[in-house]
Amino acid sequence: MIRLQDISRHFVIGDNTVHALDRVSLHITAGEYVAVMGPSGSGKSTLLNVIGLLDRPDDGRYLLDGEDTTTMDEVRLAGFRRRHIGFVFQSFHLVPRLSAAANVELPMVLAGIPAEQRRRRTTAALEAVGLTDRAGHRPEQLSGGQRQRVAVARATIMGPAVLLADEPTGNLDTASGMEVMALLETLNGDGLTLILVTHDASLGGRARRMVKLLDGRVESDERLSTGPESTP
Amino acid sequence: MDLTLYAAGAVAAQPLRAGLTALGIAVGVAAVILLTAIGEGVHRYVLAEFTQFGTNLLAITPGKTQTFGVSGAMVSTTRPLSLEDAAALARLDGITAAVPVIQGNASVEFGERGRRTTVLGVNHQVPAVWQLRVRMGRFLPADDTGHPRAYAVLGAKLHRELFGDHNPLGQRIRVGGERYRIVGVMAPKGQLLGFDLDDTIYLPVAKVMAMFDREGLMEVDLLYRPEMASEAVAAAVRSTLMRRHGHEDFTITTQDQMLEVLGSILGILTVAVGALGGISLLVGGVGILTIMTISVHERTAEIGLLRALGARPNQILALFLAESAALSAAGGLAGLMAGTGLARGLAVLVPKLPVHVAWEYLILAAALAVVIGLAAGVAPAARASRTPPVEALRSE
Ligand SMILES: Nc1ncnc2c1ncn2[C@@H]1O[C@H](COP(=O)(O)OP(=O)(O)O)[C@@H](O)[C@H]1O
Ligand SMILES: [Mg+2]
Repeated sequence: MIRLQDISRHFVIGDNTVHALDRVSLHITAGEYVAVMGPSGSGKSTLLNVIGLLDRPDDGRYLLDGEDTTTMDEVRLAGFRRRHIGFVFQSFHLVPRLSAAANVELPMVLAGIPAEQRRRRTTAALEAVGLTDRAGHRPEQLSGGQRQRVAVARATIMGPAVLLADEPTGNLDTASGMEVMALLETLNGDGLTLILVTHDASLGGRARRMVKLLDGRVESDERLSTGPESTP
Repeated sequence: MDLTLYAAGAVAAQPLRAGLTALGIAVGVAAVILLTAIGEGVHRYVLAEFTQFGTNLLAITPGKTQTFGVSGAMVSTTRPLSLEDAAALARLDGITAAVPVIQGNASVEFGERGRRTTVLGVNHQVPAVWQLRVRMGRFLPADDTGHPRAYAVLGAKLHRELFGDHNPLGQRIRVGGERYRIVGVMAPKGQLLGFDLDDTIYLPVAKVMAMFDREGLMEVDLLYRPEMASEAVAAAVRSTLMRRHGHEDFTITTQDQMLEVLGSILGILTVAVGALGGISLLVGGVGILTIMTISVHERTAEIGLLRALGARPNQILALFLAESAALSAAGGLAGLMAGTGLARGLAVLVPKLPVHVAWEYLILAAALAVVIGLAAGVAPAARASRTPPVEALRSE
């Protein structure tokens, strides 16, 4: 489903060129649970942004569902993001003036889905992340773990095929981090492709496949058989 | 529709900032409304002053005013406008009255008292044509135009200056060395654009021509039947005078023309005054531009998030345009209410100042506010829509 072929992305800062991604090739199929690990600055976020169509590679080909995304215009990319891709960020990125429910509704507003249907799906999504009683609360009235669960509900409200999580537990204490991880793994269990960026080895070890990056290159790519038997 | 709500929410999230920004537009709109209300009021006031003499009037003056420059080859002699001309015009079909006019200054003496005043040489038709009322006695009689009796009618102010409260009827006065008997006093009429209509004396036109040693009249005023078209009357007058003079050495001014010229001058005045208000509206627009620029900058991360959630660049553009439109619409509405309120209040506080709130300027001011708001929003909104999503997300 996701096929990266010799993807390169570099940034020019003054006289220096940083090769954030250097001829990365990767094939991820539907339903996989992939952990992307590597030291800070190794290109993990850049990889995720390219996969999520937020950033364009400078070189290489990226096929999503068999379609070459490198030649698509902004409007088509936006459509792809809206329908197929969900993002979860380390810093949550909730809109502070909107309630939890309104934050979850936002992708559907952008997609032009009728209000009645939006309300129904939002209620269900908040229930799925265990926040029914927090629907009217604004982000500042929620704990970190609750905020990230709202963000997960928002990321999945459009029924995407891929969920991209960039250090989703980075700003959370261990307990709420584990809650969020459990939530993500449940979604993966239901068939959602999950790509998780982390530098925490114990979290990365839970995935069924681990891609290690170093200086923008794939250092290793291995299947893990020792993943915990989480909820099927 | 839902994006509009989202934009409204963003505006409402910072009420103080939104309020101050909208205030700039409100002041501009209020200024436009107030200033145009005064302009329009003056416009109407002046037109009303002019039409109080009736609108089915036509004036003939000697000499031809050239509209498109004078050609040197066409030197023509100007014949004076004579009493016979006036009489011929009075006989025309549809003309109900004609007043030959001569005007000058002379001192009027009664006993020891004297006063320099405006002398109007006219005939008995003045009350009908100029719509003036006689308060005491009667106006000049319909004497033989060439040999009138030496009668005089006083304007209200001249009467007061010379006689105080006393009845002047039958008294003899001297004007320009000749003796006249007073037969009437006019009702006060006030001033017309600075000219005191009451500080006057009305004498038979032939006498005044002799007094000032003039061959021709300064003006002939015609009153025509209201149902007649001014163009038709003007054409009849022109051909009659052409026949008598041989060529066109006179100028015909209809009341319509005068009102048209006056109306357009006053209209320009109103627009100019309104444009002054428009400048403050423009300043309000700069306020929106500033705030929207700041807002786009502050909310870069939010823009990135919306893009990550699948927003198209056009949706981002529409979002910020809607915000600036909301700011200006709110300001415009407040300005509309404040402007009309102030205009009404002004009319009550200063009754002498003519104020008229015109609908077309209300609509114009409101439309202008929204246009300015949108225009001010375009640049910041375009910048927001062009921000690359990754950069926007990294900004936090
Ligand atoms: N927009 C950018 N401009 C300049 N340099 C960037 C940009 N994005 C990433 N980089 C650089 O590319 C490298 C990889 O960054 P990133 O993908 O964020 O690493 P990671 O997420 O693994 O910590 C780093 O050296 C980073 O400084
Ligand atoms: Mg990173």
